[in-house]
Amino acid sequence: MKKSVFLGALTVAGLAAGVAGAATLDDVKARGKLNCGVTTGLVGFAAPDANGEWEGFDVGVCRAVAAAVLGDPTAVEFVPTTGKTRFTALASGEIDILPRNTTWTFSRDVDLKFTFIGVNYYDGQGFMVPKELGVSSAKELDGATVCIQTGTTTELNLADFFRVNNITYEPVPIETNAEAQQQFLAGACDVYTTDASGLAATRATFENPGDYAVLPEIISKEPLGPLVRHGDDEWADIARWTLNALIAAEEYGVTSANVDELASAPTDNPEINRLLGTEGELGAMFGLEPTWAVAAIKAGGNYGELFEKNIGENTPIGLARGLNAQYTDGGLLYTPPFR
Amino acid sequence: MSDTHAETVLFVRETMLEQQEPPSSIVGPVGWARSNLFNGWKNSLLTGLSLAFVLFLLSGLLPWFFSPTWNATSLTECREILAGHEGACWGVIRERWLQLLFGFYPSELYWRPILTLILLLVALGPVLYTDYFPPKLLYFSAAFPFLMPWLLWGGSIWMPIMVAAGFAIGYFVFVALMKVVNAGISLFVAAVAAIVWWIFLAALVTNGIASVVPLVTLEPVPSRNFGGFMLSVTIGVTAIGCSLPIGIVLALGRRSDLPLVKLLCVCFIEFIRGVPLITLLFVASVLLNIFLPPGTNFDIILRVMIMVTLFASAYMAEVIRGGLAALPNGQYEAADALGLDYWKAQRLIIMPQALKISIPGIVSTFIGVFKDTTLVSIIGLIDPLGLANAIRADTAWNGVYWELFIFIGAVFFIFCFSMSRYSMYLERKLQTGHH
Repeated sequence: MKKSVFLGALTVAGLAAGVAGAATLDDVKARGKLNCGVTTGLVGFAAPDANGEWEGFDVGVCRAVAAAVLGDPTAVEFVPTTGKTRFTALASGEIDILPRNTTWTFSRDVDLKFTFIGVNYYDGQGFMVPKELGVSSAKELDGATVCIQTGTTTELNLADFFRVNNITYEPVPIETNAEAQQQFLAGACDVYTTDASGLAATRATFENPGDYAVLPEIISKEPLGPLVRHGDDEWADIARWTLNALIAAEEYGVTSANVDELASAPTDNPEINRLLGTEGELGAMFGLEPTWAVAAIKAGGNYGELFEKNIGENTPIGLARGLNAQYTDGGLLYTPPFR
Repeated sequence: MSDTHAETVLFVRETMLEQQEPPSSIVGPVGWARSNLFNGWKNSLLTGLSLAFVLFLLSGLLPWFFSPTWNATSLTECREILAGHEGACWGVIRERWLQLLFGFYPSELYWRPILTLILLLVALGPVLYTDYFPPKLLYFSAAFPFLMPWLLWGGSIWMPIMVAAGFAIGYFVFVALMKVVNAGISLFVAAVAAIVWWIFLAALVTNGIASVVPLVTLEPVPSRNFGGFMLSVTIGVTAIGCSLPIGIVLALGRRSDLPLVKLLCVCFIEFIRGVPLITLLFVASVLLNIFLPPGTNFDIILRVMIMVTLFASAYMAEVIRGGLAALPNGQYEAADALGLDYWKAQRLIIMPQALKISIPGIVSTFIGVFKDTTLVSIIGLIDPLGLANAIRADTAWNGVYWELFIFIGAVFFIFCFSMSRYSMYLERKLQTGHH
């Protein structure tokens, strides 16, 4: 009941804002800054450093869009949002784009009136156990105590998984990831379950990460993507193709290091030429500079560079590319052609 | 007579004995311990057990607390320094304490919040310690509420002057109308005049004057950069400062004989007290966004301040009503017998006594409100607790909990404990009873 009222209110907000803020691009250009909604802090995805500068994988998307639209990757106003305030902030126009680890679901797309512009990270719910438990598959977890964040989709996924496999578990409800970490280390639960990226980040903070293992089963689909308001397709196009440009840049080997060189003169590859604006007029089609993609790639590098710098295998979080590899490497990243 | 005993007594002392020090087992620390800790075997046993417990706690805590990790730059480095021993990782405090205090406020402008805090103390002096400060400083105290937002948010100095002008306009309208109509109507019209000035004219006039006479203009700092303790103190001080007068008015209104005033005050107080603060904060951050016309730029911190102030006012009203109710009826009757009108009676007789009775309750409410400001992290404002979460989201510090919470807790303790000590000082000072 409460939830439906809340969602209803959000819907009204979405409608009102959709009508009012039809030209986000003009607003952003007039303001000279992109208002970008991020988390209040999530390891690897968005966090302020000691000087208050925001860094992270989601932050990289903000900077790329700002660079594409305004030509300046620092022209971003970061608005920290919580899981509860994020959708209203977007619907009411307080922010222009929300790259905040948000799972693309039917109801969010359709009922809440948002447009997901793509997926920047394919996540899924996993399990972490101490190695001394001697478990190698989630299906062996019969009778285990599980630390689980209450009120999240992970809770429902967990119940589904155990019911389908006809095994039992005992939930240990917890509120935050911080609490989960403490409880799990103290042995209050055998298993900790949340998104696999979160598990990796949590495991990285342990004193002896080697004593803990993430089980191979991924029991849910959590495609995390940036979203914008319904009803402003021009703005959604800009956001979508900026993300696509980062992905395509990796596919074609365009990096922040060589983008200037490749953009200085047309290359042999027409796809790169169209992407970097040395051939065709793609930028002008949605009202941006011809070098919009060059600016976006220079902001923080292509998709692969962003991934490696913030959450990749050389960072403490150490996530493998997995599903987030290019389709040519067996992953799911596949951008439509720039033509 | 005098030599009656001369033959029977062998020795008569002619001087008094020197008074001797009491035995060391009765006075001093030993005596205190004997009479308080070791009188009887039961107490001795309990003392021994408690001592062992305290020592046990300290032996665990102190090595953890005094760990040589002040210069570490990440949790991993802390662990290397400690080499397997348990210990705190204080490097996070060294690296982030400025951020915890000032949030994302530009570091070259830190002098502004610091100056504001110093001026706040100066402004509070004549209000809190009437004995030690010249009363003339009260003029500065009155000016401070206009100075504070200007220093923190920046902008043209004409803005606070124009806001203050609103009060002047209200006052003059009130005085002028008082000659024609009664007090209630003139108060209402004066309030309307002031509000019209603030909403529609102040900004225009400010821009007009500022472009002609650009006096001191500070670099504007957007609300989004406010964070950490600066945010808590800003919200807390505003809520505390505004809730006392509003609370007094509400408490008087609730005891008023005018049915409409009474009804309004009762509804307001009961509604606000019946709703959790978090709900009000969500209203401020979420619902207002929806109901205000799109494009309205109604500062989020201002919204939160208003909500927290309203919340604190309702509680304050009930605390003060308690003080009013505790006052013997004779005081009211005495005021009437002296021929004082309502406001004079309140100002000279009722309020000084009622407020004195309510001091502990008032200060409890203040402390509660100040601590409640941490709730704003739920709506995405970066208060100290929110900042602790953001700091943990840095890969270098992910997994650091206690150090941050201890630091935040210690700072909050300093603020709250000072308030509590001040209230005890005030109670002693205002003690006029003879017991």
